[in-house]
Amino acid sequence: MDRTDPIIELKGVSFAYPGGPQVIRHLDFALHKRDRIGLVAPNGSGKTTLLHLILGLLKPSEGEVRLFGRSMRGEKDFVLLRTKIGLLFQDADDQLFNPTVIEDVAFGPLNTGKTREEALAISRDTLHRLGLSGFEDRITHKLSGGEKQMVAMATIVALQPEALLLDEPTVGLDEKTHKRLIALLAELALPCVIISHAFDFLSATTDRILTMENGRIVLDEEMRVHIHEHAHKLGSKPHRHV
Amino acid sequence: MIEEVFAVGTSRIHRVDPRHRVVFAAVFSVQTAIGKEPAALILALAAALVLVLAARLDARRVLQRSVPVLAFLMLLWLVLPWTVPGRPWLTTGPLSASMEGVRLSWQISLKSISILLALMALTATMTAATLGHALHHLGVPEKIVSLLMITYRYLFVIEAEFTRLWRAAKVRGFRPRTNLHSYRTYAYLVGMLFVRASDRAERVYAAMRCRGFKGKFYTLAVFPAGRDTVWFSLGMSGLAIAMAAAEWTATV
Ligand SMILES: Nc1ncnc2c1ncn2[C@@H]1O[C@H](COP(=O)(O)OP(=O)(O)O)[C@@H](O)[C@H]1O
Ligand SMILES: [Mg+2]
Repeated sequence: MDRTDPIIELKGVSFAYPGGPQVIRHLDFALHKRDRIGLVAPNGSGKTTLLHLILGLLKPSEGEVRLFGRSMRGEKDFVLLRTKIGLLFQDADDQLFNPTVIEDVAFGPLNTGKTREEALAISRDTLHRLGLSGFEDRITHKLSGGEKQMVAMATIVALQPEALLLDEPTVGLDEKTHKRLIALLAELALPCVIISHAFDFLSATTDRILTMENGRIVLDEEMRVHIHEHAHKLGSKPHRHV
Repeated sequence: MIEEVFAVGTSRIHRVDPRHRVVFAAVFSVQTAIGKEPAALILALAAALVLVLAARLDARRVLQRSVPVLAFLMLLWLVLPWTVPGRPWLTTGPLSASMEGVRLSWQISLKSISILLALMALTATMTAATLGHALHHLGVPEKIVSLLMITYRYLFVIEAEFTRLWRAAKVRGFRPRTNLHSYRTYAYLVGMLFVRASDRAERVYAAMRCRGFKGKFYTLAVFPAGRDTVWFSLGMSGLAIAMAAAEWTATV
């Protein structure tokens, strides 16, 4: 990989679900080494679809996906690079399927060739960093929504990724966990794309906010105004104008 | 809720190497299933009870789990004795129960209860992940093991979806009755269940791939090595020989 190559690059990508309308239309996008991008758009505008296209979980009908400067031509290419980019799914239930928390967090490290001891050490350390010490033997399907969300985050962090794609990470989080997630993202300092409707969260974790319109990514003025208004509506809460 | 209620424990049985448990569970099941002699079958039932006790399973849960099999056996007792031809054993009016029918019913009852109990004590006392791991180590092809594991995972998924849909119907006042509306609702629920389950399964699989899943399961569990495994294997081998002997002495 060239030093200047973007980590993620989409060139003229289009996509439609079978029998559905075109969700993504000739979309160009790039995530560079220092980019921390927030993505805000109405439900159904294709944000989740975009993240899934980036990791090759969906196949574009046209266009090119490049990861770490390499053109991805199929599952074979994606398999090698997928774990370097951590994707947090919109629904944590999709991500947690092991009986216990520690097994779920260790799933990624074990898959990427770590030994049992290494995987355990990484998993414990990750849980600790996310304020989840003591959760090791909890049963995943019995956790609360917010707890599931944080454990799902832990399964991603344990992969030791080089970039993050987070699909609505703050849903169901209480105030304290919300702050902890912001602190964690600051500490990780990874390039990221974060989908969220929580403007305060985005302004704390990202530098740039983009939106999607007609299947494309745009940085539009209206959006800025909207964010601005919204922040003020929050009243006395500290905020930053993006 | 589908739960692995027996999977975690500290009993003697839990401490036995899962691979040994799987092998002897298989041997026991086959032997019991093909056994004919009452002595051998009673031995099997006794052994199964001992195993359940040794695994320190909650008696109430064991009963709960046996209900479907017991119900099936009850049905069997209602039908078999009266329909299998043979020497009459008990005659009530026009119906007569045959000796052969009663014997067959006994055999089937002993066999199914023994196998059920033994499987509960031996294989339900490990998590599905450990079972998969053990099968893999015993040389079962990776594809079959994966298929088993994924089927098991999605079972939870489907159950969770069903609970959600059912709840959604109930909060809107749905009460099952015998009318067209109820049947239509059932049909919609089942249809929705398949749609949702397959969507969910696809996303779960995608999430697994994102974490480097390539069809192979690993586990954090280590196989315990110790005296429990040795005693268990000796005991189970002894049982297998005794059951074989009981069959053999009866045939000569
Ligand atoms: N599995 C699917 N099959 C068919 N259509 C889908 C599927 N997933 C999403 N869609 C449709 O694609 C569009 C974009 O969905 P999505 O990417 O989930 O949007 P967002 O994440 O921005 O809310 C929506 O109109 C949605 O109905
Ligand atoms: Mg979405």
